[in-house]
Amino acid sequence: MTHLALIELADDHLILGHRLSEWCGHAPMLEEDLALPNMALDLIGTARTLYDHAATLEGAGRSEDDLAFLRVEREYRNLLLVERPNGDFAQTMLRQLYFAAFMAPFWHAATKSTDDVVRGVAGKASKEMAYHIRHAGEWVIRLGDGTEDSAVRMADAVDELHRFTGELFESSDEARLAEAAGILPERARIRPAWDATLTDVFGQAALEVPEVYPQTGGRAGLHGECLGHMLAEMQYLQRAYPGATW
Amino acid sequence: MVTVLDQARAWSAAAAVPDPEVPCVTVSELGILRWVDVQNGVAVAGVSPTYSGCPAVLAIEMAIEAALREAGFEPRIERLLSPPWTTDWITAEGREKLRAYGIAPPAGPSGKGALFSDPVVPCPQCGAVTTEKISEFGSTACKAQYRCTTCAEPFDYFKCI
Repeated sequence: MTHLALIELADDHLILGHRLSEWCGHAPMLEEDLALPNMALDLIGTARTLYDHAATLEGAGRSEDDLAFLRVEREYRNLLLVERPNGDFAQTMLRQLYFAAFMAPFWHAATKSTDDVVRGVAGKASKEMAYHIRHAGEWVIRLGDGTEDSAVRMADAVDELHRFTGELFESSDEARLAEAAGILPERARIRPAWDATLTDVFGQAALEVPEVYPQTGGRAGLHGECLGHMLAEMQYLQRAYPGATW
Repeated sequence: MVTVLDQARAWSAAAAVPDPEVPCVTVSELGILRWVDVQNGVAVAGVSPTYSGCPAVLAIEMAIEAALREAGFEPRIERLLSPPWTTDWITAEGREKLRAYGIAPPAGPSGKGALFSDPVVPCPQCGAVTTEKISEFGSTACKAQYRCTTCAEPFDYFKCI
């Protein structure tokens, strides 16, 4: 059932990639208008390879496009964190830091995967994620330790998003099987590296880690209302014109 | 029958394909084209994408296929993920062509310094080392934006990965 564990991981990347792409044409400055879609492309590229591999392993004749465009929200298995609406720029940067601070060490560990394709994806993604951490980390520091307004917004972002971070370290039954087979790294083991990055950035940004009641459910297909709205837009073309290609 | 000549002909046909985003360099100079193997008239080209989501990947693969077909081979592409493409594979000639085109080539070897250290990037226009980073992300996934404080020109930097 490796394909299900890969689909979870692909869903994280596709959904966050799509969220970042929503900034295209709306970012606060030109450089960010280029940076955010660039990072979205990294994420969507990673998702595509994982979906393609999952579809091959599943052997049911589905394609990467079927997986992306023809599943409803209950079938999506992404983390709640990645589907959260963009909010303001502070929220988008914090969400990116939370995710990249996990994925960089995760992909680094996955370069020793027993699966050739996962190893290939990991080699590229671990390098790309290092750029994502740096970009998001610099912004979180600049805004958290910035003006009165930016500091309030960054602290609000932490209040809004921190409760979704616990789910990063939880493995579904499918993921656990893939972990036991050495295909994917154990998610719980990524915690120390994630904590170290967050402690470093939060320290420089003068931000406090809040006590939160963790929100989970994404891996079971239990999502926020926001995911349905996003899929409605993302999947519109394939729903309106089934099988359309260009 | 496969001759050494066929192998060489297939390689030179594929290797001459320019990169669609940076047409001053070829796919072989960028290290994207890894090898071409001819068996029974079928030429298989091993292609290593630069970034996971590089939108040029498909265009590059199609251009290589077209070049091999033009040279009389039945083309096939093998996409190679592992080992991952690195800027270390850009040839010395490729680096020089990038610089002449106005893009600063990757400074030094990849692997170290991606986090929290900025490399010294000489200006491709005037050669000064007094340059500063504008943004880690540029017009394509593989480039960053820099500016030269000596000649005041902005330029693209092909970042190390």
